[in-house]
Amino acid sequence: MWRQRHLTDGQEAGDEIMELLSLSAVELGRAIKEGRTTAVEAMETVLSKIEETERYLNCYITVDGASALERAREVQAQIEAGVLAGPLAGVPVAVKDNLCTKGMLTTCASRILGNFYPTYSAEAVTALEKAGAVLIGKTNMDEFAMGSTTETSAYGVTRNPHNREHVPGGSSGGSAAAVASGECFFALGSDTGGSVRQPASYCGVVGMKPTYGTVSRYGLVAYGSSLDQIGPLCKTVEDCAVILEAIATPDTKDSTQVARTDTDFTSALSEDVKGMRIGIPKAYLYGAANSGKTANRKKSEGNTDLKQEERGGDTRYMEQGDCESSSGEGLAWEVREAVLAAAQALRSQGALVEEFDMELVDYAIPAYYTIASAEASSNLERFDGIKYGFRAQAEGLHQMYKKTRSQGFGAEVKRRIMLGSFVLSSGYYDAYYLKALRVKAMIKKAFDRAFEKYDCIIGPAAPTTAPRLGESLADPIKMYLGDIYTISVNLAGLPAISVPCGTDGKGLPIGLQLIGDCYQEKKLLRAAYTYEQYKHQGETGSCKQEVK
Amino acid sequence: MVNKISDETIEYLSILAKLELTGEEKEQAKKDMGRMLDYIDKLNELDTTGVEPMSHVFPVENVFRDDVVINGDGSEDTLKNAPGQKDNMFVAPKTFD
Repeated sequence: MWRQRHLTDGQEAGDEIMELLSLSAVELGRAIKEGRTTAVEAMETVLSKIEETERYLNCYITVDGASALERAREVQAQIEAGVLAGPLAGVPVAVKDNLCTKGMLTTCASRILGNFYPTYSAEAVTALEKAGAVLIGKTNMDEFAMGSTTETSAYGVTRNPHNREHVPGGSSGGSAAAVASGECFFALGSDTGGSVRQPASYCGVVGMKPTYGTVSRYGLVAYGSSLDQIGPLCKTVEDCAVILEAIATPDTKDSTQVARTDTDFTSALSEDVKGMRIGIPKAYLYGAANSGKTANRKKSEGNTDLKQEERGGDTRYMEQGDCESSSGEGLAWEVREAVLAAAQALRSQGALVEEFDMELVDYAIPAYYTIASAEASSNLERFDGIKYGFRAQAEGLHQMYKKTRSQGFGAEVKRRIMLGSFVLSSGYYDAYYLKALRVKAMIKKAFDRAFEKYDCIIGPAAPTTAPRLGESLADPIKMYLGDIYTISVNLAGLPAISVPCGTDGKGLPIGLQLIGDCYQEKKLLRAAYTYEQYKHQGETGSCKQEVK
Repeated sequence: MVNKISDETIEYLSILAKLELTGEEKEQAKKDMGRMLDYIDKLNELDTTGVEPMSHVFPVENVFRDDVVINGDGSEDTLKNAPGQKDNMFVAPKTFD
């Protein structure tokens, strides 16, 4: 094993205690390059970890250990020959099961694609393979990425590695849980309304949704085409920048891709937020109805007794009845405290952090579910039992279509297809679909105005930590409300990142979301990196300072 | 619930969506959709007069490439995924007598 050999090699003392699996993707890549371990050993270690924990967690739908090891051997040879020299060479990666992988089962966690073997790989997957990353398998997700818990998968729920009674979030829940549990070194997910950032938050890992058009969507099974972006889930902000740099490659096969020349994201990895203007929407912390009032706000230092009292029981929410709006309602106080502490940390590093009134926060969810459902109903028309996937037995073409789709799709997917069909149907198209597109324009303008004043916007990634399994699906609207902080980002096409910023009383992770203006990933990465390093120093420093 | 979804609407949507819902699913769909539309009606609080519907957030120009075949003939592999195939073609249930 790496650790034993490491000891005999007489490496630095600090490294000796480090388990191979605790390395970040970049650290592993470096260790492989320096000959301290190999791509094969890394893959063997990951596969044995999967063997150990997968039966509890169910992060994957497909694991192809034999192919993964074979590919790891090839990659190792290429690394030794100097052909592969990039930072991800030899690093095992997991890919969400809505990204096509040539010759490997790609189900979208749906019964309707239960036997689908793509004839090509998604561009982002190909880019990672070129960088020398080695595919382990395909991760679990909500069916067709529709859901926030990974419970709508046709292949069983994924459990949160921090507490198996809780969900990992979704829809990229398998990817987030795999990273958090060490069942991979990093993963790809897709984010239509928060599906990378929210599970990253719930599982205590880093997750990023780039600006729309940055990563080619070729080979990503479409859900809401105008909202979908592929993004990394990983252990550190450095990993995030490196992965994004690898997958943000130009591709003529995605007609909505934007030609960018500023994709050297790793250049942004510096600890420097001096003078950076950061805004916190009051509505994100106190609810839109409350955003003007200051009297109701609890100061982070002012309620110690309350903390004590609440820490014993389940997470409680901020004052009931204080806000009628969806944005403040349901914000767990521990999440708010953690986000405020992170804001303070950034301030201590020289950032200019202030609260401001963000407009239209409460209109993002209804606009989103109208637009996303409309696009989903259209995109999922292709599943007809003719060209690929499941086909139900029936007399006649139309009966076959109906039976195939009714038996092949799960409840949440059908719910959104029906709603999408409604808002696009004649007589309702203007009142619902076009109305939502107009509101989307207004939301985009509201962000434009905010970014005239701020370099980035921060807030929670989700109102709570991970809910218990089975709590969310009974009430779809309640589940949708959990997307309040992530969804407007997709509507406006913006980049955003979620980084771990603490845990609640139960030890469940909390995520800090940083939102940037279009194409401003570097500012986000710089701020996130600075915060991460500051937090890390606080945790490991000899005189541990509490971040206030 | 302000929005009451009729049986006829559900029937019509099932035709558009090519879904065959069971009696139970239909009742659930009526309830779910009514609640969602009540929620979506929140958008009517906003005056959107004069606001252009936005499908793309920034001006997107189509990505063009030369009209040259670059992927070769993948029909054999493609057909492997088909539930039915014959003579290098998809087999579908009969559409008319």
